[in-house]
Amino acid sequence: MTGFVDRLLGRVPLNGVLAIVAPLLAVLFAALVTSVVLVVTGNPPVDTLLLMAEYGMRPRTLVLTINQATTFYLSAVAVAIGFRMNLFNIGVDGQYRLAALVAAAVGGAVVLPAPLHIALIVVVAVLVGALWAAIAGILKVTRGVSEVISTIMLNAIATGLGAWLLTQWAVPISGSNNIGTRPIPESGRFPGFELIPGTTQQVFGFIIVAALVGVGFHVMLNHTRFGFELRATGQSEPAAVASGVNVKRMVVLTMIISGGTAGLVGMPQLLGHSYTYSLDFPAGLGFTGIAIALLGRNHPVGIVFASLLWAFLDNSAQILDLEAIPKEIVTIMQGTIVLSVIVAYELAHRYSQVALQRRVGRELGEVKA
Amino acid sequence: MKPAVELRGITKRFPGVVANKNIELSVAAGHVHAIVGENGAGKSTLMKILYGMLRPDEGEIRVNGEKVIFHSPADAIAAGIGMVHQHFMLADNLTVLENVILGSEPRRMFGIDFAAARRRIKEISETYGLGVDPDALVEDIGVGERQRVEILKVLYRGARILILDEPTAVLVPQEVEELFRNLRSLVEQGLTIIFISHKLDEVLSVADAITVIRRGETVANVSPKEVTARRLAELMVGSELPSPQTGESTVTDEVALEVSGLSLSKDGRPLLSGIDLRIRKGEVVGIAGVEGNGQAELVEAIMGMRPIDSGTIRLLGEDITHWPTLRRRERGIAYIPEDRHRHGLLLDAPLWENRILGHQTRRPNVKGFWIDRAGARRDTQRIVERYDVRTPGIDVAASALSGGNQQKLIVGREMSGDPVVLIAAHPTRGVDVGAQAAIWDHLREARANGLAVLLISADLDELIGLSDTLKVILRGRLVAEFDPARVTPDELGSAMTGAQEVA
Amino acid sequence: MSVTEAAPPARAAGTAAPSRFRVSWQVLLLGLFGLLVLLSVARVLTGANDITSGGTFGAALGLAVPIGLAALGGLWSERAGVVNIGLEGMMIFGTWFGAWGALQFSSPWAGVIAGLIGGALGGLLHAIATVTFGVDHIISGVAITMLGQGVTQYLSKLVFEGMPGGGETQSPRVPAPERVSIPGIGEPLQTLEAKGWFLLSDVAGLLRGLTQNVSLLTIVAILLVPLSYWLLWRTAFGLRLRSCGERPVAAESLGVNVYFYKYVAVIVSGALAGLGGAFLSLVAAGIYREGQTGGRGFIGLAAMIFGNWRPGGLAGGAALFGFTDALQLRQGGVSVHALLLVIVLLLVAFAIYQAVRHRHVRAAVISAACALAVFVVFAVTDTVPDQFTSFTPHLATLLVLSLASQRLRMPAADGVPYRRGQAS
Repeated sequence: MTGFVDRLLGRVPLNGVLAIVAPLLAVLFAALVTSVVLVVTGNPPVDTLLLMAEYGMRPRTLVLTINQATTFYLSAVAVAIGFRMNLFNIGVDGQYRLAALVAAAVGGAVVLPAPLHIALIVVVAVLVGALWAAIAGILKVTRGVSEVISTIMLNAIATGLGAWLLTQWAVPISGSNNIGTRPIPESGRFPGFELIPGTTQQVFGFIIVAALVGVGFHVMLNHTRFGFELRATGQSEPAAVASGVNVKRMVVLTMIISGGTAGLVGMPQLLGHSYTYSLDFPAGLGFTGIAIALLGRNHPVGIVFASLLWAFLDNSAQILDLEAIPKEIVTIMQGTIVLSVIVAYELAHRYSQVALQRRVGRELGEVKA
Repeated sequence: MKPAVELRGITKRFPGVVANKNIELSVAAGHVHAIVGENGAGKSTLMKILYGMLRPDEGEIRVNGEKVIFHSPADAIAAGIGMVHQHFMLADNLTVLENVILGSEPRRMFGIDFAAARRRIKEISETYGLGVDPDALVEDIGVGERQRVEILKVLYRGARILILDEPTAVLVPQEVEELFRNLRSLVEQGLTIIFISHKLDEVLSVADAITVIRRGETVANVSPKEVTARRLAELMVGSELPSPQTGESTVTDEVALEVSGLSLSKDGRPLLSGIDLRIRKGEVVGIAGVEGNGQAELVEAIMGMRPIDSGTIRLLGEDITHWPTLRRRERGIAYIPEDRHRHGLLLDAPLWENRILGHQTRRPNVKGFWIDRAGARRDTQRIVERYDVRTPGIDVAASALSGGNQQKLIVGREMSGDPVVLIAAHPTRGVDVGAQAAIWDHLREARANGLAVLLISADLDELIGLSDTLKVILRGRLVAEFDPARVTPDELGSAMTGAQEVA
Repeated sequence: MSVTEAAPPARAAGTAAPSRFRVSWQVLLLGLFGLLVLLSVARVLTGANDITSGGTFGAALGLAVPIGLAALGGLWSERAGVVNIGLEGMMIFGTWFGAWGALQFSSPWAGVIAGLIGGALGGLLHAIATVTFGVDHIISGVAITMLGQGVTQYLSKLVFEGMPGGGETQSPRVPAPERVSIPGIGEPLQTLEAKGWFLLSDVAGLLRGLTQNVSLLTIVAILLVPLSYWLLWRTAFGLRLRSCGERPVAAESLGVNVYFYKYVAVIVSGALAGLGGAFLSLVAAGIYREGQTGGRGFIGLAAMIFGNWRPGGLAGGAALFGFTDALQLRQGGVSVHALLLVIVLLLVAFAIYQAVRHRHVRAAVISAACALAVFVVFAVTDTVPDQFTSFTPHLATLLVLSLASQRLRMPAADGVPYRRGQAS
């Protein structure tokens, strides 16, 4: 009998209505919990939430939300690729930071005609991410080391390694105490475009690449033999082995693909905004990706909505500081969403399982003992 | 004298199914009472109710004349009922002693009184002739001894009424004799035994009274002296029995699969030694043996799922010894796994995706590296129709099908793609009678068309009935070969346990 | 005639059991002694005197405690069949509530209790999610870790920001539990240590570190190890708990309430992690700081795996990781640099062992090649940069797991979600 993981991780179709009802209920529940926390600490719950919603709908905030969602999306897809195969790539965090650092350094050091320059940076990022993830994959298949722990350890190692590399390659950034890699020249920058009327803030052009990654994810998973074998291994490793899948090869390949995708996580920011890898490059995006992948049930479209929701929450929280409400309230809400969503999916599945058994039993009229 | 156990009007429903309907059962004290019925008749559910693991929807239970209600196994244990499960409930990593005392540990001021436990276990073991070592790790002891540990578990808790669920499923005739000896000695000490089985000849030899259950209802209560195996079987099934028959020989001269000198070991322990096997086109080679003697390893070695130490495997003359599983499948080896839920199906995936499993590099499922959904769906529909898989549709998850239908799907899937060799491991295990007959028919038909079959089974009737050649595996070696038309279950049993004198 | 379902596979009678990774007392002591000798050799050759100093061993003990408590927490949980990746989150709760409790009630022991309760609450959450709702253990653990970070950040802003010496990421200084020493031997040991004699001075350092200036909480933590052993292996409670992690259906069929034991185990697990967190803020740092745990919850899990899910083993693992942690915190670059030499020697020994005992030529060659590579790094550099020393314990974890993972045996039903009535 399959376990909870398969239902949660989208390896099992959760029929129609339930697939939407479950996360919706979870979000509502999380809002409720957050309201309780707000009340307990002396803040007006409804007003706070309305304030966040209003601020979040402003054009400029919307653009920031979309941009951040792009980054989140890539991170979540990277995690989801692993999840579908029952691999917990907790190392997306270390993978993307190391990849962004090396790619930024390379990008700042050379000058190439525009499309090539960008392509080089992206390729380097993908390779570094893939390599870092491959370490965990290889350790798992050759030495049986759990990838959960090895990727977490590799995160710490990536942090240290990255910090050291930064000191070797960085130049001071004028006007601050910050240091960063050599800024990427014009030819290496990904142009943005204006999407939302009412603001000049541009949407990252890299969103196109993210969309392509999403499409690629869906196609790979559902229409290729590799995707079939990946899903089969994730659903039942013994069945996959009996059907001829080389599980060890799958593990390593999947980690590599997941890591390569992770390498892209830093690109929207790098190529669309900061053009350098500095000390304050966004961190922790890997863990966010895990939460979003869970929320979106590892489904390419589900993750889109989850990313937008998460980014919306993050950005609309900015207003809270001005009202002296701790913006960590949003973190609590996000954490609660994750927990309640996974419970909601499980309950929804159990319900649909019972319903399915009843239906089949009725239609076939068989006696089971 | 009051009956030890009485069940009156027991009814139990599950979503979509009535497992027990108005069951009436009366077990006399000091008797061995057998309950027979085929797979899916409702015996297991009934016993779970008697043991407190399930609550009946209607009806009452009486123990020694007094009405009882069980909320959990603890209540049943308190009433003196002990259950020896078909699938042993033992923790491999713990010792026999720890397994036995779990839940009823003797206490000392600080912690468990291990000495007292050990004493009592030895005492029970000697009284009933069980021969159990309390300090052995369960992982290290054999099947027969594990069963005796299970029996000891219930005796330790003062059970006076023992329920044994298919106890002989994993035993050979000699071990069955030993078990029955133990049971008779228990009965002499005044215990009552309820014995669930579908092996009618055993039931007739040991039971004092027999109850037949069919489709969840009590069909008959008889005494073994008044009834024959044939009559019992008819009561169980309600109609003519199917029996496997080979018909005329279809064995050709062409060798499809040849295994030479196959040996493999793990951690220094030899699991297979010098296996030599030849299966010709149109031939069914059956391998009999007690579980755990190397059958699973042999199957895995041939499928390429397990590395071997030495030996060769040839398929139609080609050396496939070092080929990966996928390549072997592509070349023509089909596989019906022993445990279909683990190795044969993706339970939560729709049927058409399950059709692709194991065949994901070939038409009609695949075009290049793309999955051909339409092709797979069409072919799945064909299989469903041809192999009579009862399902509302091909988008239904595999878990929704009954065991028999799941197995029919697997058989249909594996037979597609024109295999050369079929490895069938326990192909009708856990499958209802109708599906079993259908699967046998398909196997026979394929055999007539030139398929070479390696049949591993624990069902001696199936082996004898379907095989052209019958071999016995013991401790990783093929130790005997028989002509299925002439061999008797006793001869087979002896070979399976190594009790025979001549090779 | 229809066929029944098979019983689970059992070994054919008469075949031998697979070798189990059981280390006897003598081998263990010999191994420890051997390690001390290696360290001594490295010290003498490189002049990195701090690697076997009393100060380092004392620090190692202190750093081993939180890792060991986390490992113990992992043990309790996993022995009942629940994987607890959320230890890190429960530890974070422990650090925060430990500081808060100590400040609130002006007593370090109140902080200890508060930290314990904070961790236990995290454990309760994990138990509810995994045992009652059947959520996947790892996902729940990750969620709780995230929640731990978020909640403590929020609470810090609420509580600590207003206090003198506190801020949104740290608390004011907190009172610490008392420290004790074995009287009389401190001075002589120090003198012996300073002499720099091969092996004798190192032993002196070890003894001094272990007996001088030890926090009472450390002693409590150390006592919890044999207590856990006794509770889990010698009492009825422990047997039932372990059976839930090995074969829950067997336990249920004998009337054991599997849900209850899993709940207790996971809550205790959280409490232990919380205790480890409280140790970090109250004893190790004297202050609550955001991010204080630094992944020690996960390192604790690694120590538990290294210890083969047994209390004695995990104590050894915790000691090992505590030691590497201490090295990098004290003289960082120099000490870790000397450690490289120890690694070279260990790899060489491993290579020889593989070649001679097991005849695994490929493994031996790879180990020898790695030894050579590390030696080159050692010879070419003088010291290890700070950024690298920061991940010494993590790298050590990775190395240890890579070398040891395959011979270990976890509880049979670990990580498997359980629902009542599964018995067939």
